Amino acid sequence: MAAALESALQAAGAGPCPGAEAVGAVRAALAAAGDPAALGERERARLGAFLRNLAAGPEEPAGPWRSLFLESPPDLAFCALTDSLAAPRPGWRLPAVPEVLEQFLRQGRLAALICELCQQHSRPGSVERHDALLGRIVCLPDLVGNGLQGRSPAAFFPQRYFPVLGGAVLQVLHNVSASLRGGLDCSVSFISHILGKVCVHGRQKEILSVLVPHLTDLTKSDCIWQRICWRLVECVPDRWMEAVVLGFVQRAPGADVLSRLLGNLVVKNKKAQFVVTQKMLLLQYGYTTAVLQNLLGYLALDGLRRALLIKVLQELLETWSSSSAVKHSPLEQQQYISKAILICLSHLKEPEIESCRQELLTSMMEGVKCHLDSSLPQIRRLGMIVAESISSKINTDGPVLTFQYEEDDEARELKSLLVQAAPLGVLPGLPDNENENADAALPPVLESNRKSTTATTHVMPDEESDAELDSDDDLIPYDMSEDKELKKTKAPVYIRDCIEVLTGSEDLDKWEEAVKALESLVRKNPVAAREVSVELAKILLHLEEKTCLEGFAELRQKAQVAVLTTDPIPVAQYLTSQFYSLNYSLRQRMDILDVLVLAARELSCPKGHGKTKHSGAQNPCIQFLPESGSSKDWRRIVDERIKSKTRRFAKGQSQVEQPSGPNEFNSLAGHFFFPLIQNFDRPLSTFDLLGEDHFVLGRLVHTLAVLMYLAVNTMAVTAMGKALLEFVWALRFHTDSYVRQGLLSCVSSILLSVPAERLLQDVTEELLETRSWLEDVVEKDPDGDCRRLALQNLLLMENLKKKLETAPS
Amino acid sequence: MLDHSKLRGITSKGLLPCPPCCPCRFALPVAWMAQPPPDPHFVLRGTGAAVHALHFSCGGGEPDIPVLFSGSENGFIHVWNLKTHRVDAALDGHGRKSVCGLKTMDGKERLLSQGRDQRICLWDLAEGRTSVTDSVFTENVGFCRCSLLKVAEGRWLMATAAKALEEVQVLELPSKTSVCTLKPEVGAKLGMPMCLKLWQGSCGSQPSLLAGYEDGSVLLWNLSTGKVLSQLICHQEPVMSLDFDSEKAKGISGSSEKVLSIWSLNEQQNLQVQKTHRLVNAGISDITIRPDKKILATAGWDHRIRIFGWKKLKPLAVLDYHTATVHSVSFSDHKSPSDRLLAAGAKDHRISIWSIYTQT
Repeated sequence: MAAALESALQAAGAGPCPGAEAVGAVRAALAAAGDPAALGERERARLGAFLRNLAAGPEEPAGPWRSLFLESPPDLAFCALTDSLAAPRPGWRLPAVPEVLEQFLRQGRLAALICELCQQHSRPGSVERHDALLGRIVCLPDLVGNGLQGRSPAAFFPQRYFPVLGGAVLQVLHNVSASLRGGLDCSVSFISHILGKVCVHGRQKEILSVLVPHLTDLTKSDCIWQRICWRLVECVPDRWMEAVVLGFVQRAPGADVLSRLLGNLVVKNKKAQFVVTQKMLLLQYGYTTAVLQNLLGYLALDGLRRALLIKVLQELLETWSSSSAVKHSPLEQQQYISKAILICLSHLKEPEIESCRQELLTSMMEGVKCHLDSSLPQIRRLGMIVAESISSKINTDGPVLTFQYEEDDEARELKSLLVQAAPLGVLPGLPDNENENADAALPPVLESNRKSTTATTHVMPDEESDAELDSDDDLIPYDMSEDKELKKTKAPVYIRDCIEVLTGSEDLDKWEEAVKALESLVRKNPVAAREVSVELAKILLHLEEKTCLEGFAELRQKAQVAVLTTDPIPVAQYLTSQFYSLNYSLRQRMDILDVLVLAARELSCPKGHGKTKHSGAQNPCIQFLPESGSSKDWRRIVDERIKSKTRRFAKGQSQVEQPSGPNEFNSLAGHFFFPLIQNFDRPLSTFDLLGEDHFVLGRLVHTLAVLMYLAVNTMAVTAMGKALLEFVWALRFHTDSYVRQGLLSCVSSILLSVPAERLLQDVTEELLETRSWLEDVVEKDPDGDCRRLALQNLLLMENLKKKLETAPS
Repeated sequence: MLDHSKLRGITSKGLLPCPPCCPCRFALPVAWMAQPPPDPHFVLRGTGAAVHALHFSCGGGEPDIPVLFSGSENGFIHVWNLKTHRVDAALDGHGRKSVCGLKTMDGKERLLSQGRDQRICLWDLAEGRTSVTDSVFTENVGFCRCSLLKVAEGRWLMATAAKALEEVQVLELPSKTSVCTLKPEVGAKLGMPMCLKLWQGSCGSQPSLLAGYEDGSVLLWNLSTGKVLSQLICHQEPVMSLDFDSEKAKGISGSSEKVLSIWSLNEQQNLQVQKTHRLVNAGISDITIRPDKKILATAGWDHRIRIFGWKKLKPLAVLDYHTATVHSVSFSDHKSPSDRLLAAGAKDHRISIWSIYTQT
């Protein structure tokens, strides 16, 4: 039979264009030869040459040549076809060869090809052939795309091709499984190679979206399939291992599935171990929580791997408790690591915790310290949550750490990671059964439900009518807004009374009333307040909460702002000088900053100015005619209602004129600003802005940014801008990201506040330096907010440049 | 002047409120037009001491003059003529000890007064007489006001705190025979009784007693067996006052806390808390439901009288007139609803008379 094929091939000759008869003869001979795998080496070589000639000829061959390609051994046909794609002059091949290839794919020849290659693994010289074919199989979309100059048919788009390839792989695996069951030895290493190469080419999603669901099903209860699967991933060469493991971890629907699919890969393969325990946890941080849960759940599911889990936890904690990591790594990564720690903790069992309790405790203490040191509130809170969790795990009976922090979605999500019970060993069949049970149980429940609902509907009308009868609606309530908490003592009426009470009085009720009344007193009597302004500022700065007064901090701050706005220059001088003096707590220093900002905002805002004046004018007069007062009120209400219910089609005309007035901040900006910027680099014994107290420095920098922004249109703004730029320059490499953020907002406010021409004339060089620094920050800063702010600043600079360019013309 | 019909044309939906300067007949939304609370109808001054007890007697026909009895801390009982707003008579029967409770038995001629001299006196006030005809020595040193219930023509039941600390005694008047003595179980630790309310269901059923105790619980006593039917702990602090609506089987109690508690009595004679209402300031010294069961008034330690709708306990008004703790509130028993008055007596020696929600 082989002889017939050989003679047919000889008859066809070695010419480039075999005739139609020759093709027919070879086809017939092939069909007669039966199993193409049984061909001898010589015949295979001949046939290969024949096919190559056929595909590479200058004209389209006559006869049923397409069928010949589909019937001849798949490796020969595939080689010939892909060779011809790469040929220099496409000619007739352009539409025809891809069509043949498409049919090749459609008829499952790809699976046959892979199957054949799997069985040939022991033949001599097969390594090179394997590599060549591997490249062609995996890169077929690229080959076709290149050959057709980008006009490849849809079947060769990666999104279509790789699922097909996945299907082929699956079919081959089925064959493998069948032959294993038949007692035959079988190799899956070629499939592993395909898988690895596809994954490393970034097509994990396409191929694994086919493979993973099927393998999940097949490995459920079949140990042969599990072994095939484990073998499949184990045979992936090291250089591709990472991509494959990543793909599986991301696609697997749960930790138990992952465990079935990968087996003990992490224990056997160093590379996989590195990827799972180091790279995915400590070096990368972009994966979702579900991926983390898969990964750590996988580690927890087997005794051999649990050792790794503990090791991972130790490494995570090491990173978490390292102050350098807390300082320099981005927030997202810290969140990721915290999540991983919490998931690890949720998997740990009592004896395992017992074995590493001391280490856990040490790293918890260190980690808490450096997290609480951070100036970013999110990081502080992360530290608190993780520390609480660790302490609750290690002290099951003793007292545990508790912190006060805001409970928001993020905090709840983090905590839920800790308490969730890992869904270990859930039998996949169970839910269905439960469903059936539930279904079976459903009808009576429904009936009873129905009964109860009908019962209630019967009852309802009665109740409703009863409710109607029972309502108090016919009784119209009077105004009850005056119904307030009864005060035991009267509020003081004079500012000096307040001062007396606040400084010396032991009567706590009086003291509370004085704190509450002070702001309005200062606002009402600015003249009286000016007489004692500095004294008041001093008292307020040192005022401490004596009783549990609600909103004490806010009341005090409001009073401070009121004092500062009524008599800005002396009070601002006092406060700014106190900021840099001895024996204040950080809290007091930050209070000073807050008060300065709030007062500056109030002074620079024309609206607030108008309002206070207005109310000041209205307050002294007694309303003799309540009618007129209320009539004004109703006019306002009617106007509002008309406004809310009328749709206007034209905009712009009805806009209310903005209230205007002189900017009171103009003459004061310097008094607020310069004393603050002067002494930052002179450490005191209790206060070191450039060292320990970087949080206050951050606040100071932000305050300066706000003051700068509020100083827009004032006389001093250019000098302020210059000083601030120098200040920014001195601090630009500060390690705390909160400080850096403040510096970047300083730059923004300089760019927004200082007139563009002044910027270019007076501070050109500083500006250029700043620009190069900003570019640096955009590229290298670990903090996302810093990068964003720097980018905004660069945009602002660009806009400024554009404005200046267009202005002269 | 604003033309409302035009305004209604502009607004697409909803009702415009009318300005108060030109009221028209459109309905006024309540939220916007909540009126300021009213001032007192009139004020009675001259008791010379803090007022602790009030009682109206206005049920008589036309020739009868409506009167208000007030009992004050100096032991005097004043009889106020509500036509002239003057004192008709001042009765001194409690040895200058504070008068803490006043009741009438069938019209204003027979008055029952309870004083801190541990006596309950029965006065004969007919035809200008002012004499004590009878008295009961209770031997109780507490503040608990007695409760009176007419069970038949010429037959009353009166509940008072007894000599023993936790006991309540029920007497039949005018015979003064003891009906029963209500003792809590040993070890119940209820403390003294603080307020009492005798009541009787509609169709001649057995009279029962509700008693509020020092530990914050309210007990329902069966008078014929002398046993507790139900106990409800509705306050953390002593129950200062309670009132009960036997038609709806629903009651209300106030204590020295910031909470009013509304409870109901179900078919099985069990007391259950229905809801609680939080007050702005702590302390309630007296609660009274108006005889028509539409509103109720509370006397607050915060100097204020609060009015609520009785059905849903909807807050209706806060009457702020007094300058010291209000000790007592009482509704008049006028025949015509529009004449009905509310009186409040306070530590500031004044009695304020209010005319509120008389149209409903």
